[in-house]
Amino acid sequence: MTRRVAITGAGSVNALALDVPGTYAALAAGRVAIGPLEFEDVERLSVRIGGQIRDWDAEARHSRQELALYDRAVQFALEAGRQAVAQSGLTLAPDEALRAGVVMGTGGGGYTTIDDSYRAVHVEGKNRVHPFTIPRLMHAAAAAHLAMRHGLKGPAFTVSTACASSNHAMGQAFQMIRSGAADVMLAGGAEATLCFGGLKAWEGLRVMSPDGCRPFSADRNGMVQGEGAAVFVFEEWERARARGATILAEVAGFAMTSDAGDIVMPDPDGAVRAMQGALDDAAMAPAEVGYINAHGTGTAVNDRSEAQAIRRVFATPPPVSSTKSMHGHLLGAAGAVELLAVLMALGEGVIAPTAGWNAEDPEVLGLDVVPNVARRARVDAALTNAFAFGGLNACLALRRV
Amino acid sequence: MDGSFVALGDGLHRRVIAILAAQALREPSGLTREMSLESLGIDSLGMAEILFAIEEAFDVQVPFNANDPGATRDLSTVGGICDAVEALVSADRG
Repeated sequence: MTRRVAITGAGSVNALALDVPGTYAALAAGRVAIGPLEFEDVERLSVRIGGQIRDWDAEARHSRQELALYDRAVQFALEAGRQAVAQSGLTLAPDEALRAGVVMGTGGGGYTTIDDSYRAVHVEGKNRVHPFTIPRLMHAAAAAHLAMRHGLKGPAFTVSTACASSNHAMGQAFQMIRSGAADVMLAGGAEATLCFGGLKAWEGLRVMSPDGCRPFSADRNGMVQGEGAAVFVFEEWERARARGATILAEVAGFAMTSDAGDIVMPDPDGAVRAMQGALDDAAMAPAEVGYINAHGTGTAVNDRSEAQAIRRVFATPPPVSSTKSMHGHLLGAAGAVELLAVLMALGEGVIAPTAGWNAEDPEVLGLDVVPNVARRARVDAALTNAFAFGGLNACLALRRV
Repeated sequence: MDGSFVALGDGLHRRVIAILAAQALREPSGLTREMSLESLGIDSLGMAEILFAIEEAFDVQVPFNANDPGATRDLSTVGGICDAVEALVSADRG
């Protein structure tokens, strides 16, 4: 018998809000949380906007001992995980904990920890950094701390595939439950790269917008970075049903492909195969899909390639939107935060808009990108895309309950 | 055009062409003003490296965004890049 996968909890902190209800409200209102960045040396950057989390009082949330171990990305992940587990009402008996795990995605890991440590030794001339620098900056820190916090003793690891990290992570969690390797998995992504070194490195690629993220709009001029985390409770369907959990949606299919082409230029063929693969895996007809959450970075090459790919998979494309226009591009946490837009479409019947849209782009003509204003619609099935640098693609297919 | 400016321009163009030639894996003498970067096999990553090298060599900021639909300066040819760098350096000095 095929095992099915339910989502029974969701949690997130991002620039729009520090919880899921707040994020839904902001997405439905088309609110843009991109603004001036605030951190040390920001004045030395050419691009100074981003989707930064404000009012994150780390000292109030964590003890001094915890802060010594928790990078900002881990702090985000733990809060998102707390919310998700609370919503799911998950409890694990000792034997169940052995079959429960966590897979997280991140692109940069403890980027601010690295940046601060380099500053200390290279700029400030110090000769030592904090003794916990390594456990604080490692990519697997968020997965490890979530496992410790929630007593998850089964598979626990981190996936790092740049901007597709959390879609790959959630896909792994889905496959592990479906295959019987686990019964419960926390899955998602966390990212906190908004610091001087994090953005200085991106500057050189010249793909960032100085004034806003406008995916699929003729006047788009690049991506805008964001930060935050989203974590979901994935649970074997019958287990969730048996304990009376509220099921937010079904994860129905997943596919990952590689362009095997260029390190930064996307190839529509890889995106086509990822979307088609997710549909096939879910036994879902294209006509069932009522919403696609686009990768939609707002760069010319992504938008052109993704629009082309969607038109190749869907004879009549469903509404497509990119919420990066509102919370920014969360890199390794992008797919996780964007899954909230999918859950909102499936569960609440509200399709989040593509904000910042000003003018029809001939390159994406024919796509309904839900410009600027959210839309009420019954959505029975949805896809969510992540197409990373390196040509690494991951697409999830979900169904309404 | 006064002599010193020509001299500045000549030396500057030679240095820019050396940067472009190195990226294209060619001899500088094989490059002409009319050649497009595309014809030299320079892609978007190559362009990012060229701009990095120019900024380092001349201590200028080249305002170039790969996504900008209304690019202000033509950076698609060898001559276009030489002229743009010359304009940036002159503006900087003056």
